[in-house]
Amino acid sequence: MEHDIGLWGIPIAILGGAIRVSTPFLFVSLGEVLTERAGRINLGLEGTLVFGAMSGYATAVLTGSAWAGVAVAALAGAVFGLVHGILCSLPKVNDIAIGIAMMLFGTGIAFYFGKPYIQPVAPHLPAIPLGFWSDLPQLQAALQVNVLFVAGLGLALGMAWMLRATRIGLTLRVVGDSTDAARAMGLRPNVIRTLATAAGGAFAGIGGAFLSLYYPGSWNEGLSSGQGLMAVALVIFARWNPIACFGAALLFGGAGALGPALQSVGISSGYYLFYAAPYVLTLGVLIATSSPNRAMAGAPGELSITK
Amino acid sequence: MRLSPKTLSRRHFLNGAAALSGVALTSSLPMMARAAAPLTVGFIYVGAKDDFGYNQSHAEGAAAVKAMEGVTVVEEENVPETIDVQKTMESMINLDGAALLFPTSFGYFDPHVLAVAPKYPDVRFEHAAGLWHEGLPTNVGSYFGYIGMGQYLNGIVAGHMTKSKKIGFVAAKPIPQVLLNINSFLLGARAVDPTITCQVIFTGEWSLAVKEAEATNALCDAGCDVITCHVDGPKVTIQTAAGRGAYVCGYHANQSALAPDKYLTGAEWNWAGVYTGMVKKVLAGETLPNFMRGGLTDGYIKMSPLGPAVTPEAKAQFDATMAEIMKGGYAVIKGPLKDNKGNVILKDGEKQVETDIKLESMDYLVEGVLGATS
Repeated sequence: MEHDIGLWGIPIAILGGAIRVSTPFLFVSLGEVLTERAGRINLGLEGTLVFGAMSGYATAVLTGSAWAGVAVAALAGAVFGLVHGILCSLPKVNDIAIGIAMMLFGTGIAFYFGKPYIQPVAPHLPAIPLGFWSDLPQLQAALQVNVLFVAGLGLALGMAWMLRATRIGLTLRVVGDSTDAARAMGLRPNVIRTLATAAGGAFAGIGGAFLSLYYPGSWNEGLSSGQGLMAVALVIFARWNPIACFGAALLFGGAGALGPALQSVGISSGYYLFYAAPYVLTLGVLIATSSPNRAMAGAPGELSITK
Repeated sequence: MRLSPKTLSRRHFLNGAAALSGVALTSSLPMMARAAAPLTVGFIYVGAKDDFGYNQSHAEGAAAVKAMEGVTVVEEENVPETIDVQKTMESMINLDGAALLFPTSFGYFDPHVLAVAPKYPDVRFEHAAGLWHEGLPTNVGSYFGYIGMGQYLNGIVAGHMTKSKKIGFVAAKPIPQVLLNINSFLLGARAVDPTITCQVIFTGEWSLAVKEAEATNALCDAGCDVITCHVDGPKVTIQTAAGRGAYVCGYHANQSALAPDKYLTGAEWNWAGVYTGMVKKVLAGETLPNFMRGGLTDGYIKMSPLGPAVTPEAKAQFDATMAEIMKGGYAVIKGPLKDNKGNVILKDGEKQVETDIKLESMDYLVEGVLGATS
């Protein structure tokens, strides 16, 4: 057999899986970092992701342009975020409850409007063949890097810089850490939080468009297997740090590729166990990095889960 | 004395409301509704009815029934294999007056169909893929097709087209029907070249798009160059495999539109003929058999037209085998046969023909399949 690479298939598959599967995790978790840094939790990003996937796919089918799909998905995500943000600005409204409602609403209307788009085939987003230097087809396939993955990396770096060194970043952090301090500075916490939630929603919408327009690259009702929810958990895992989000998303993508890769090299018993690898890994890392002395380093002070 | 227009309209309104509620009352009684319309048929799907796969194949059958005269069709999709399907069945019977139900997913049968059927002896429950036997309610029937034969024919074409001598299978769960399909696919390929192996990857769920894509990529990485699957919606597998340059064989429905150059052939359900036949019998007042099975000969399944890439040699063997199968009594599972752990399944001379009920409790992968059932 030509190109039989045996056990080398596993690291290559994990690398490929990390690159292919991580992008939705990355975008949703970056969106959630933005929202949570401003002091709100948006659990509705799963619904935003699914609706973004549907609206992006539908737009790409109708216009023939995958990029138009990404734009519409971002816009739809921003609208979802805006609704969440405005509702949560009302007095005595719980952001977690609204988030769950938005999640169910988003998936529900995505299924409703998505019916006619299960069958048609939409154009895919372009990929950059970074594996051109290798003559191994496996490595070439693993290094097909999508443009959105690169954009996500740029976004993570940009957000880290923005939060640390810019006026906007400082404003977000103040609003997230203390409503009273923000008010004293003359800021309007509700407006800023709503805008941050809308921007976070737009990111989640783009994550959804990646699912339907690149990998796995089609719209159906089983498209998201909870990536949106996992990404919200990833934010805590990554301690509200955008660059750590990038690492966590890669780790999750790679761990998810472990199950199929092991079966393909003949380690086939106990595959249900290997499919649990990402979750076991999360538990392991959380235990390893936990400390009895300090609680939730990096958590914004105004989050309802830390209050 | 003339009544004022206002009084008149109120009286009319009250009359009208009474009449309306009378209509609503009668239509909510199943017996009366049934007297009005000859037959209401209910179809229940576990997933979306346009999934390019299993549910779509049944929905196409339902569409054919809908076109028949004197029949009303009610459908519900995305019904989980839980207590939900019992509620759906009861509401189809009580609110829509359905007298014939087709719950089409494997997991609906036990315990859900078996729990609801005794409550409604006048309603007929026809379940796809279930295994009816003596002692179960007599108003329950089970039907299915020998689609393993289709995967065997897929395998023959795959055996001719593979260059790496390694073919791949994306499978959902290791239940007997899936195992029979995997084994048939490999045995078909081995009928061409006995050195061919088949790599199987189980995703663990009927519909899990990202995992199916990952499994397909892993198969391509492992050197498989012809890929098929048994999941609810093969769209992701077909598109991903074709995108990686592998040939694909379809399953459930015709997916050639997704990869016109790479699509070789496919094993398809043909429920339209089966369902219209069953409904015709019910309309004529006949009783359906409790246990119905059929294959290529009976029109339960069919093959997609061969794709443009298929070589003349592959076509010749495909046609010859198809002709053999059409004679009836064809056996794919025949001795000498070992499973992939080395245990002897069948000795030389033994065979299990397509109608053999033992095939429906298959729990092994044959020699040459790389993978494990758990």
